[in-house]
Amino acid sequence: MPERLLSAAEAIREAQDQAMAADRRVFVIGEGVADPKGVFGTTLGRVEKYGPGRVVETPLSENAFTGVAIGSALMGQRPILVHQRVEFALLAMEQMVGNAAKAHYVSNGAHCVPLVIRLIIGRGWGQGPQHSQSLEALFAYIPGLKLVMPATPADAKGMLLAAIADDNPVVFMEHRWIHYATGHVPEASAPTPLDGPRRRRDGDDVTLVATSYMVFEAVQAADALAGEGVGVDLFDLRVARPLVLDAVVQSVRRTGRLVIVDTGWQAFGIGAEIAARVTESCFGALKAAPRRIGLPAHPTPSSPMLAKAYYPSSEAIAETAGSLAGLEKNRVAKVRETIARNRNDVPFDIPHPSFRGPF
Amino acid sequence: MPESQPNGRDSLDPAWLLGLYREMLRIRAVEEEIAARYSEQEMRCPVHLSIGQEATAVGACQALRPDDQILSSHRCHGHYLAKGGDLKAMMAEIHGKAAGCCGGRGGSMHLFDLKAGVLASVPIVSSSVPLAVGAALAFQQRGEDRVALAFLGDGSLEEGVFHESANLAAVMKLPAVFFVENNLYAVYTHLRGRQPDRPMTEIARAYAMPARHVDGNDVTAVHAATVEAVSRARAGGGPSLVIADTYRWREHCGPNYDNDLGYRGPEEFEVWKGRCPVGAFGADLKARGLLGDDEETRMNRQIAAEIDAAFAFAREAPFPDPASAGDGVYA
Ligand SMILES: Cc1ncc(C[n+]2csc(CCOP(=O)(O)OP(=O)(O)O)c2C)c(N)n1
Ligand SMILES: [Mg+2]
Repeated sequence: MPERLLSAAEAIREAQDQAMAADRRVFVIGEGVADPKGVFGTTLGRVEKYGPGRVVETPLSENAFTGVAIGSALMGQRPILVHQRVEFALLAMEQMVGNAAKAHYVSNGAHCVPLVIRLIIGRGWGQGPQHSQSLEALFAYIPGLKLVMPATPADAKGMLLAAIADDNPVVFMEHRWIHYATGHVPEASAPTPLDGPRRRRDGDDVTLVATSYMVFEAVQAADALAGEGVGVDLFDLRVARPLVLDAVVQSVRRTGRLVIVDTGWQAFGIGAEIAARVTESCFGALKAAPRRIGLPAHPTPSSPMLAKAYYPSSEAIAETAGSLAGLEKNRVAKVRETIARNRNDVPFDIPHPSFRGPF
Repeated sequence: MPESQPNGRDSLDPAWLLGLYREMLRIRAVEEEIAARYSEQEMRCPVHLSIGQEATAVGACQALRPDDQILSSHRCHGHYLAKGGDLKAMMAEIHGKAAGCCGGRGGSMHLFDLKAGVLASVPIVSSSVPLAVGAALAFQQRGEDRVALAFLGDGSLEEGVFHESANLAAVMKLPAVFFVENNLYAVYTHLRGRQPDRPMTEIARAYAMPARHVDGNDVTAVHAATVEAVSRARAGGGPSLVIADTYRWREHCGPNYDNDLGYRGPEEFEVWKGRCPVGAFGADLKARGLLGDDEETRMNRQIAAEIDAAFAFAREAPFPDPASAGDGVYA
């Protein structure tokens, strides 16, 4: 049978549909889930199929409907809550941190909160300081929450199914630009375990760990570096909490070098935790200090001219990883040129066509 | 902007009425021009147009003094202009330029102008409402007779922070006005799916504050209702709620019409379009002999020239220095 090509948005839609069809306790709740755009297409057509009782369009009351979803989960329902921007979840932080993350622990195991919280990270087109933040580290900090960040469409489907089947609150972060990426997605409803990183490229010179959309930027960097003879062992982190780094540590034992690139602010971010853990695990194997690539320490500016330097590019990743691996300056410059040529003048504030996959 | 008539003493003054009309025409023309030029992709940020809602912005701001403050939301263009915000700084902001009111950092959803009394616009629903109450607290603490007015959408009434703010303002008798532009929709979702069927003014009873319900497409009615609320606040009588019914013509976000999506019917749209706040008021002024065709043509020509100049300014203005992106995180 030929493999199907789906976008991540379609994969997410299919995962929710299959989960809802299989289990009457699964329902979707949020602002826009039943509207004509269906949360960037990811819930489209579902209210027609399952009715407004299971595709719950809410008032603009994020704090309340998060608590409501948690309450229903305590009663054994399995809600999938969605916000079109991660920022809207900030209104419900207390419910997530206070109730969802603690119910199982504080009840000594009597309560479960089988809740999925889909949070979408915006990027591009001048959305500015309050509509394009990558706040994953806020959630990664909380014991009791799981944090999943898919990059590929297959993971978007498989990990969402796993998140829905999980008896814990799972924050499922979707970078808006991964929605456009396409890939082969199995038709069956098969959860992909939330068990840690996956290798996306093989190499012996430098270990590169990327999260979410940054995986695509990292793939470009890795491929361009391979052209200059630098082998990048590239991992897609997939799950930030619980953080399982065995494969990464093994890789670093071989390469001696680690670069982490994530979608959030560099300071106090996911990269910091990974660097610390890997260093603790195999300090002796490191040939150089781990390097983190992330956002600079300021809000997202709207102006294209200010935002341009804000987001780490594949060029920057290649430069950091290449130099760390000892690649000479002029060859690093060549790698940068190759990537820039592939980028072909597409403005940086819209998703690049080459990131459409298939992945 | 016409001289405001904060106490509404002579709302029949022809010059003032013409000023209201001119300001509505101007806001309409600015947003029509943004819509017309948006596809050129020079304005690289989302835009939430308020075409069809000009009377609420103009009527409410006319009830305020220059030193009063307004707070706005994602849909802030009309409020900003009606309160006297600088058009060039707005256009430069939408173009991401250094001369923008936020230096290009905010885009169209963050318009503010301290000189004009536009304290801030915040694109998180209801997030600016407590800021208005806080401005009112500062006025009260300093013994100033100024007023803070929060513009909010019907959707904003569903957020907890609105209710907390209303309660707090009421119990402290703060000089605040909650001005609701009820355009029936939050994005694609009609009011009836989001709030129980009751007069919105009933909300005010929970906080023991007065409420007025007005036709938000009638600029003088909006003005009169807001004057009442503002006068009460200024005199130490505490906050009020104004509910103004109006309608957004274009899509929630962006330059186009979106009735093809089917979330609202063509009849409803046509009814509201027929009640155009700008056109209706112009026709009324003409019927009363206060506005002639020549005068209207002159107004339109002046407005077009001002808008052209603002766009030219915005397009030619320099971008901010990329190296400055990290400046100013702390005071
Ligand atoms: C807290 C929060 N939730 C959701 C959104 C997304 N959002 C932006 S505007 C909007 C609708 C607001 O409706 P309303 O308050 O009636 O204002 P209108 O757009 O009609 O002017 C929504 C849901 C947001 N910006 N902030
Ligand atoms: Mg509305």
